[in-house]
Amino acid sequence: MTGPMILTLTTFLPLVGAMLIMALRVVGGPAMASGASKSISLVASLATLVASLVALSQFDANAPGYQLVDSAPWFAGSSYKLGVDGMAIALVLLTTALMPLCILQSITSIKERLAEYMIAFLLLETLMIGVFCALDLVLFYVFFEGGLIPMFLIIGVWGGKNRLYAAFKFFLYTLLGSLLLLAALVYMSIVAGTTDVVVLQEGLHPETGALLFPPEVQTWLWLAFFASFAVKLPMWPVHTWLPDAHVEAPTAGSVVLAAVLLKMGGYGFLRFSLPMFPEASMLFQPMMFALSVIAIVYASLVAFRQTDIKKLVAYSSVAHMGFVTLGIFSFNEAGIQGAIFQMISHGVISGALFFCVGVIYDRMHTREISFYGGLVHRMPVYAALFMLFSMANVGLPGTSGFVGEILTMVGAFQASTWAAAGAALGVIFSAVYMLTLYRRTVFGEMTNEKLFDIKDVTGLEFFILGLLAISALGLGVFPGIVFDLTEGSTMEVLRMIGR
Amino acid sequence: MNFLADITNALPETILVAFGLSALLLGAIGGDRISGLLRRLAALALAAASVAAFVQFARGESISAFASAELSPNGLYRVTLFTLFAKGVTYAMASLALFMSGGFLKSAQMERYEYPLLITFGSLGAGLMLSANDLMTLYVGIETLSLSSYVLAAFRRDSIMSAEAGLKYFVLGALASGLLLYGSALVYGFSGGTGFEVIASAPTSVGLIFGLVFLICGLSFKASAAPFHIWTPDVYEGAPSAVVAFFSTAPKIAAVALLANVMFVAFGPHIGSWQQIIAIISALSMLVGAFGALTQNSIKRILAYSSISNVGFALIAIAAGPELGAAAVLVYMTLYVIATLGLFAGVLALRRGGKAIDTVADLNGLVKTKPGIALGLLILIFSVAGIPPAAGFWGKLQVFTAGIESGMLWLVLVGALASVVSLGYYLRLVWAMFMKPAGEPMDRTDVSVAAIVAISTVMVFPILTIGIQFLLNAATLAAGG
Repeated sequence: MTGPMILTLTTFLPLVGAMLIMALRVVGGPAMASGASKSISLVASLATLVASLVALSQFDANAPGYQLVDSAPWFAGSSYKLGVDGMAIALVLLTTALMPLCILQSITSIKERLAEYMIAFLLLETLMIGVFCALDLVLFYVFFEGGLIPMFLIIGVWGGKNRLYAAFKFFLYTLLGSLLLLAALVYMSIVAGTTDVVVLQEGLHPETGALLFPPEVQTWLWLAFFASFAVKLPMWPVHTWLPDAHVEAPTAGSVVLAAVLLKMGGYGFLRFSLPMFPEASMLFQPMMFALSVIAIVYASLVAFRQTDIKKLVAYSSVAHMGFVTLGIFSFNEAGIQGAIFQMISHGVISGALFFCVGVIYDRMHTREISFYGGLVHRMPVYAALFMLFSMANVGLPGTSGFVGEILTMVGAFQASTWAAAGAALGVIFSAVYMLTLYRRTVFGEMTNEKLFDIKDVTGLEFFILGLLAISALGLGVFPGIVFDLTEGSTMEVLRMIGR
Repeated sequence: MNFLADITNALPETILVAFGLSALLLGAIGGDRISGLLRRLAALALAAASVAAFVQFARGESISAFASAELSPNGLYRVTLFTLFAKGVTYAMASLALFMSGGFLKSAQMERYEYPLLITFGSLGAGLMLSANDLMTLYVGIETLSLSSYVLAAFRRDSIMSAEAGLKYFVLGALASGLLLYGSALVYGFSGGTGFEVIASAPTSVGLIFGLVFLICGLSFKASAAPFHIWTPDVYEGAPSAVVAFFSTAPKIAAVALLANVMFVAFGPHIGSWQQIIAIISALSMLVGAFGALTQNSIKRILAYSSISNVGFALIAIAAGPELGAAAVLVYMTLYVIATLGLFAGVLALRRGGKAIDTVADLNGLVKTKPGIALGLLILIFSVAGIPPAAGFWGKLQVFTAGIESGMLWLVLVGALASVVSLGYYLRLVWAMFMKPAGEPMDRTDVSVAAIVAISTVMVFPILTIGIQFLLNAATLAAGG
């Protein structure tokens, strides 16, 4: 194994924590393990955060290409290869920073089988970080599909009433897309003789220097990758698993799902589809624009009609992911920078919104919008924080949501006026459904007597939401933090597609 | 002298024959009192045979024996690295299956001295058919295995289910043997010989192809590939679980490797004639296995359909031809039988009030009562399903690579579809174990059985990619030899 090892450490630290809890569970029994799992999981996730920050400090945003590369030969043309560019490390940081918050939230809200929950969660963290770091297609696929198992368990074991349906739908939908990706991947490894992402991105055979994938082959490979990433993202019309999964998942599961798992789709387009199949990407640009705009408009309209808060936020996620694909397929700097920023920003905001839903769900055990109303009278701090995140979700200037949306639209405008115009319509709709949600739950008279003695946010909840609020505002005011980091990778993508 | 050399060349089988015959004598004298001892000895003999096969494999040469100038100049018996590898795994699986069945046999009052003998002779048959370099050796091997299997399936004489399973297996098996013989006769008639080399060098003719088709039908029956799979769920359900643990591992890999060996060696030059047939059988098996299990409630029936589906996946690699597919077949089947052995060990280990578990609902809430076994089964199930990071994924990757490289993308896509559908029932098992409330408490677990679950789990555990690499290297070597 060669390399600085910091990424390997970051990736597998959570797994070490999971193993530790597992060992305690087997040796000491459930009671002891669930007590110890709280501190172990927290320490493991914080250590991972520190490791990822160390990785960031060693990362040079101005240097081109992949950095901090760890590699070791694996078998049959594949290698164990981890490395990051600006986009990847930004997403890794998003993951590692959100995880401690999720674990903190879970410690108080998960009542049964905490040790097993933490094992699944830490395992999921390893797999998510691995997805963003993997520089080998097979390794990427292992992390990408492996993530289904812990998430299936999290939804299925700790989920809501209808969790059976949601967990199966989540697993099978995603798997079908993934298997097409697997077939494409196998084909690529046969043609190129390697699954090294760097080689495949250059698109030339490592020995002969011939073009690996002529345009007509690219079209099919692109479609196979598309099947996988479109489901993961999710894009209209394969988005239907998302609302179900979100509604049934426990709060922290929803947060991770919205904040990190959905980003794998956008990441996949930028890391694989565009650089490896530039001609096909160009070819499908109109289709992607159309699907993005439909997603934005349609999901916004559907969100407006929801009676369940989590479902509403889930549909709003579908709409916001539409901006990501819109930006990516603009093929210009504004669009792609905006798309990456939108992914980070949506990670923070949607994560925060799901935490907000979790706060009232933990108290009242319902997510019906009509159940609530007038929360501002009893929960002023909560109302203020919820307001901030609603506004950020709408894309109010000063919040991170604004930067992402405006940039992707600027990018899209340069490529297609119509697409940008359609997306702008979605921005208006997002204000409609978010403000309506806010009005119906927070404002007005408190008529439901069950709500009369609802308590405001606890210290822990304030801490979690406060940190996210600072991030949402901080990114909104100083978006340059992210842009400086991701500019290199954006330029690299643009170079590879020849723009 | 020559005979002695032949005997030593066929060392693994010699060990089994020697043990089997002396144990038969011992059993006849000692009766059921020494059945426990015989079972342990048989497990040891099988383990020794496995070691012998792997030692021959490590020496790295093809061995032939029992040559006869008129009949088969290259030997009636001939082992290549490919068959040695399959043989080693077969014996190892048989040994472990026997080792872990002790508790089950006692509680089902099946601990009779014939049991280890039948397993030994069955495994011997599996080894013989793998060593076949001639249609006659092949038939003798298959029949030795089959006759032992029929008796084993009906071993619980007082159970109607078991007797029915044995009878069904026998009637259908006899039909398959008939097809096989008829095919052999046609092949002999149109190629002029029964040795694999003679068949390989014969010109392709309509008669030969007819014979080939009959041969494929017979062999597919033994491997339980669709549309010759009908017996599998019934036999699995009716036969005693310990027997099914044997059926689904040792003879399974042997039958698939045998099919590969016959196609690659005897009919290698005629690949154009059988490639499409195998591909269609493969597609059918994957689909039948995937859809058939969706509505099943019995764990053993689900595992039966799962084995049909998995054999279908292995057939993708056979259809890909010897150069591309040989290593993939071995990797896939080895990983599959290891995981299946673990799953059956789980089925054997879990008893409630002395009664073995049967339906999916019996698994409910297993994670609360037996967390270790539940976790092990989870990993094994995902391995059989081919979901990374469990080891079964690497097998699937190999098979898909072979399929795509040989230009059968459609078959790989069918495989992908079948994978998704079959996840429907694999997830149901996970669902029952992890997400349902716990039922009545389980009995104490046998240590030996729990050990097998643990071993299998470790073997398919994701971290051990070094082991996978070793397996890949060995299989590649085997494919080249």
